[in-house]
Amino acid sequence: MSQAATKPLPIPDELSAPFFNGAREGRLMLQHCTGCGAWSFPVRERCPHCFAAKLEWRAASGRGTLYTFTIMHQVMNPGFASSVPYNVAQVDLEEGVRMVSNVVGIANDALRVGMKLEALFEGSGDNVHLPKFRPAAG
Amino acid sequence: MPNQSKGAIVGLGVTPMGKIYGRRAIDFAAEAIALALDDAGLAKSDVDGLLINANISGDMDVRSQMVLGFENLTLVNVMSAYGSTAGSMMQYACMAIREGLVRTVVLVYADAPLSPSRGAGQSYAGPHRFPLGGMVGLKAAYGNFGANPEYAMAARRHMHLYGTTTEQFGTIAVGQRKWAQMSPWAQMKASMTLADHQNSRFIAEPLRLFDCCLVSNGAVAVIVTSAERARDLKQPPVNVLGYAQSAPGDNLRTDRHPAVETGAKRSGEMAFRMAGVTRDDIGTCQLYDCYTYTVLVTLEDYGFCAKGEGGPFVADGKLGPGGSLPTNTGGGQLSGYYMWAFTPLSEAVVQARGQGGARQAPRSDYVLVSGNGGILNYHSTMILSRHASG
Repeated sequence: MSQAATKPLPIPDELSAPFFNGAREGRLMLQHCTGCGAWSFPVRERCPHCFAAKLEWRAASGRGTLYTFTIMHQVMNPGFASSVPYNVAQVDLEEGVRMVSNVVGIANDALRVGMKLEALFEGSGDNVHLPKFRPAAG
Repeated sequence: MPNQSKGAIVGLGVTPMGKIYGRRAIDFAAEAIALALDDAGLAKSDVDGLLINANISGDMDVRSQMVLGFENLTLVNVMSAYGSTAGSMMQYACMAIREGLVRTVVLVYADAPLSPSRGAGQSYAGPHRFPLGGMVGLKAAYGNFGANPEYAMAARRHMHLYGTTTEQFGTIAVGQRKWAQMSPWAQMKASMTLADHQNSRFIAEPLRLFDCCLVSNGAVAVIVTSAERARDLKQPPVNVLGYAQSAPGDNLRTDRHPAVETGAKRSGEMAFRMAGVTRDDIGTCQLYDCYTYTVLVTLEDYGFCAKGEGGPFVADGKLGPGGSLPTNTGGGQLSGYYMWAFTPLSEAVVQARGQGGARQAPRSDYVLVSGNGGILNYHSTMILSRHASG
């Protein structure tokens, strides 16, 4: 693949801007319902638990456990041609939501379901930051 | 009317499948419908209902009626719950027939996502116009494209909880390849051993190439009418005795585990109850097999073995030719052809009629059919039989 191929970066839209703004500032922002207290992910306008339009953005703990993961070998996008094999993981956050991300700072063959993880934020040239996870300290 | 036929499948049309280029989905659809009408001994003018399965390419819309030249319909719609849709279509067709809204309904799935310039994986990898906005773009930024990584993560979770192995997945693929070698419609005919499976490249670990379904250009059509009317038609009627859907819901909540506890459980229980039969009556299963893992988890959720025991259950090859539970006897989506739930439905019709030839299951009085859509989000079950009651 050519060197010009870059990984696709999301363009924050009106709904998701707080998530990406938070990531740029080093916080994992999620939606929390002030009506019923439930957290939700990904972004929506209304609480999926109680239908109240009372979602507010709050900083989540960033702590979670590895629910499951895959090691991607197939290149589905040229931007990832030099990254394979890379991991894609589902992370169960303490807040009760499961999000997809990548686990960094650990070899793929050392990943274990159930391991404790913590969020970190990777920047890019376009000023879009992505929440990723690494093995929790301690 | 419990235990009685809810409607009958009287026609089946299956086009050539696979890397057939230069034809649109609608053309495959027309061919499949023509084949199904001929199979049933019906005329095009007999059709007064058309249910179209929305496809991944998005080009089978409701205006297909006009392209296909159907006139004076009293039932028409496009439906989608992804890979479970065939079961939903069958429900609505039978209910509409019984309600007197319509007499003869065509159900069709057609797609042509493959092109010479694009691999099978790419054709199903999801949106390609980057950059993408918002959270859809976030998913892509992590390299999470299409269904492969999602099912791989489901399979990994099952392996972690229950010790399921890639070799156990492999026995499913090997068994289905043997079946495919006996089906005139199947795309994959070369022999496959467990070693071949184990040596096939990883797509999304733990899933290997031979754990993943094909992608096909082609179409399948079936024709449904009332059980009474079916008796006067050309083919032995295939009665629809039971059907159900189950959609468990969000998988992005930590209190939910749809990857290992699927909608097959509930939709299976409902369909068995409606049909008045039990698992022991099922002679052959036609299960949605987008991946080998899907077959394994579906067998568990239908109760053929306990949760977590799917690996050892399939490991003796009981799903393959000569086994005690012949499953996906046309090769399924792994080795036959990928027409969403019209793959298992089409083979179920063949088996229920007893027209499988060399691949005919020894017992086929009652055939279990599953559909599965999204990332194990949507499930449908059908129980089909040559008998008009369970």
